[in-house]
Amino acid sequence: MLEISDSTIITLNVNGKDRKIVAKPSDILLHTLRKELGLTGAKPGCENGDCGACTILVDDWPIKSCLMLTVEAIGKRILTVEGLNDAPIQQAFVENWGFQCGYCTSGFLMVCHSLSKIHPNADEQTIQNWLQSNLCRCTSYDEIENAIKSILKWEVYYERTGRK
Amino acid sequence: MDHIPRIKVNTLRKEAWDKVTGAAKYNGDIHTPDTLYAKMLTSTHAHASIKSIDTSDAENLDGVHAVITGDYIPVLSGSLIKDKPPIARNKVRYFGEPIAVVVASSKEKAMQAIKLIKVDYDPLPVVNSIANSIKSDATLIHESLGSYDCPAKNVYPKPGSNIAHHTKIRKGNMNKGWAESDVVIESKFKIPQSDHLAMETRNSRAKILPDGNVIIYTSSQAPFAVRKNLSELYNIPEGNVIVRVPLVGGAFGGKATVQTEYIAYLASKAVGGQMVEVMNSREEDISTSPCKIGLEAQLKIGATKAGIIKALECIYYADNGAYASTGPRMAKAIASDCSGPYNIENIHCDSFAVYTNHTYVTSYRGFGHAEFTFCMERMMDKLAASLQMDPIELRLKNAISPGDLSPTQSKITLSNTGNLTDCILRLKELTNWQEDRVVKMDNGMIRAKGMSCFWKTSTSPTDASSGVILTLNTDGSINLNCSAVEIGPGMKTTLAQILAEKMKMDVEKIHVVMNVDTQVSPNHWKTVASMTTFMVGNAVIRAAEDLIYQLRSIASVVLRCPPDDLDIKDQKIYLRDRPEIYVSFKNVVYGYMYPDGTCIGGQIIGRGSYIMRHLKTLDKETGKGKTGASWTVGAQAVEIEYDPKRYTYRLLKAITVIDVGKVINPKTATGLIMGGMSMGLGLATREEFLYDDVGVLEDTSLRTYKLIRFGEHPQYIVDFIETPQSDGPFGARGMGEHGILGMPAAFANAISLAAKAEFDMIPISPELIWKTKTGGKYDPI
Repeated sequence: MLEISDSTIITLNVNGKDRKIVAKPSDILLHTLRKELGLTGAKPGCENGDCGACTILVDDWPIKSCLMLTVEAIGKRILTVEGLNDAPIQQAFVENWGFQCGYCTSGFLMVCHSLSKIHPNADEQTIQNWLQSNLCRCTSYDEIENAIKSILKWEVYYERTGRK
Repeated sequence: MDHIPRIKVNTLRKEAWDKVTGAAKYNGDIHTPDTLYAKMLTSTHAHASIKSIDTSDAENLDGVHAVITGDYIPVLSGSLIKDKPPIARNKVRYFGEPIAVVVASSKEKAMQAIKLIKVDYDPLPVVNSIANSIKSDATLIHESLGSYDCPAKNVYPKPGSNIAHHTKIRKGNMNKGWAESDVVIESKFKIPQSDHLAMETRNSRAKILPDGNVIIYTSSQAPFAVRKNLSELYNIPEGNVIVRVPLVGGAFGGKATVQTEYIAYLASKAVGGQMVEVMNSREEDISTSPCKIGLEAQLKIGATKAGIIKALECIYYADNGAYASTGPRMAKAIASDCSGPYNIENIHCDSFAVYTNHTYVTSYRGFGHAEFTFCMERMMDKLAASLQMDPIELRLKNAISPGDLSPTQSKITLSNTGNLTDCILRLKELTNWQEDRVVKMDNGMIRAKGMSCFWKTSTSPTDASSGVILTLNTDGSINLNCSAVEIGPGMKTTLAQILAEKMKMDVEKIHVVMNVDTQVSPNHWKTVASMTTFMVGNAVIRAAEDLIYQLRSIASVVLRCPPDDLDIKDQKIYLRDRPEIYVSFKNVVYGYMYPDGTCIGGQIIGRGSYIMRHLKTLDKETGKGKTGASWTVGAQAVEIEYDPKRYTYRLLKAITVIDVGKVINPKTATGLIMGGMSMGLGLATREEFLYDDVGVLEDTSLRTYKLIRFGEHPQYIVDFIETPQSDGPFGARGMGEHGILGMPAAFANAISLAAKAEFDMIPISPELIWKTKTGGKYDPI
């Protein structure tokens, strides 16, 4: 078990690279990413786990980085919006006008990206369950719905359910 | 040469890829190691005297650089009424009001120090409602109201009361109006305060340089107002205040008031000018920074049997909270447009902004219009019911049209208002209105449709203005520099499209200066009031004309012809009848060089400006005058499915038809309207500030303050009517706020029909429906 009591150098795997950073036991991952690594795509919106603007992926699953201690991320794979690297969801958000001010966008992109990997054939209910974790104040969500649906494998879904 | 249109085209927003890659930078994304952090101690009381503040323990904490209270440079701020100390002094007037500010080496240290400050309060009676505020023996929130300085004209605080402002509309002859009315109905309405809830909380940084320059980095939609207000308040020459604003993470009016900037400035000053950051927590953003007005109203309306409205009498009280801020202007805006988009000859309206011990308010999408529209459009449905007339027919009969006079007796034209009748008729088609408006489904659910019309003009100072500067690059591209802040609606891209259309060039070759710096960019009043495309767009057109004039002048020398023979397209200046003879922008932007090395001309810089035309302050007694350049009208509908057993509902469909004059970017325009509709449905169904019985705001987090989430959204339909506004850029009129306006009313009209009960307050939660239908009694079965 790792035990640290003061500022310590730890290694985090972020966007495919090992990064050495200084962390205190009480540091939250959101602040470490933003301040230590300059990865400001994850945003503080409530720092209470309610808004999802700080969502990143930890071992491929969406996590609100304001609710995770930095030290909990040791040994895990962290993916931020900066590491998406031309993922289909980015193009989909651009083409579907899936954002206005852009502040919640990184978080939504990470949830959608993860959903498309974990449930490539997600049905309506699954999409809703996943995307309810995040808030957007500018769009009507309709745009985001179009964006996520455009990258899911809906042909499979249509075949399976017979619905369109 | 063929013309390729650049307007009415879905141009991707300029910063689109920055926003999907994390490259887009907002104010809070920039950190420098020399930054200190400020945290506020905020009031736990809604109304109390501050007997003492002991900051000594906080000051002695390691890592704390300074602790300041309201006694540090005590001044009163306020753009209309100077009633607000940036940090409370002697007394607090709302829960969440800043009392002290700690500046420390880290946020954690600052928060630790905050806990060490001891405040001794002496509680005062709390003015916790509009009713309490306007009582004749009400507790006064501002005892010195009569002696406050009012920097703005036509604001009328009433000394010895809690009334911050009163706008009167006296139009026509009320006795005549009532005499001509066969049917008269009356009703009362109530709308709570609520929050803007931009995803980015308000935040600022300040530093003061040895030369006296004050640099403010802020998430503001009004950088020039920050500069002006800070300069006036702290006696700093305006040129020494430099305000820098990057992309803003949503604003909705909430970032138009100067607030965190004052705190950041004071904090920086207290530590010798070092950079200090103030970043609201979500809780502070909700309770400490200004919110949306609450409203209570009483309306009385009279009409003939044929459904022609003859008289309107209304009283509006806007819950302004503890400080005036922009509240009085919203009371004015409500009065100015109180008829809604209907021709009413006789109007008597009193609109008040009243102080309470609630969070103070500022502009919010719609600027009071979503609120009064709720009242007026509920009245329209009630009137239609009592006349046994289809609500759409009643609205059509009274729809505002050219030649009518607004409540401020301003003349309506097709150009300055658009075509409401067309909007209603289109809405009628899109909603299949002729079918039953209430349908009982086989599964017991009830489907119902409700509608609302809306209109809105702007309420700006009569001298609001905008400037644009255009420079060219040696690749022939143009830099567009203006001070519209990119708060989300994509206005920088819209402006680039207007410029591209005017210059007949590819919009990709137009670079927008995304960030605003008051020292670098020309003035723009504020990015508010749906006026950016109109005001800055007009300045863009004038700047383009200036550029074209200069380009043709120098090209006429190079090409040895009169300037009048030259046209411009695709970054070339060419002979109209011999297009193969041309000179490229890139060869003239910094002056033209002849083959032998001699040069003429010099750098070409285009400039354009726009100032509001013919606006007039309202007459104090009658309200006669002109508040805005034009109105934008529209009609909206909501379709719901109501569960009569469980008193719940689902949103099925929401429709807007709006006359925008000219659509510049269809997808951006549609998205803006839909976003507004979503906010409006939030107001209609769930958003409200809940104060306890001593004025403490209870829902200060996103766990208790509920927003619409993904999956709860209805199907959205948006359609445009295009009646050009003759003085708008390519005919475009304002539309940024308007999606919100009729949504609460349309929803309330639908649910009132479905649940067979009159809902005259929002939000209309399932709990409210249950209480209304059952009297709040549990059914034991």
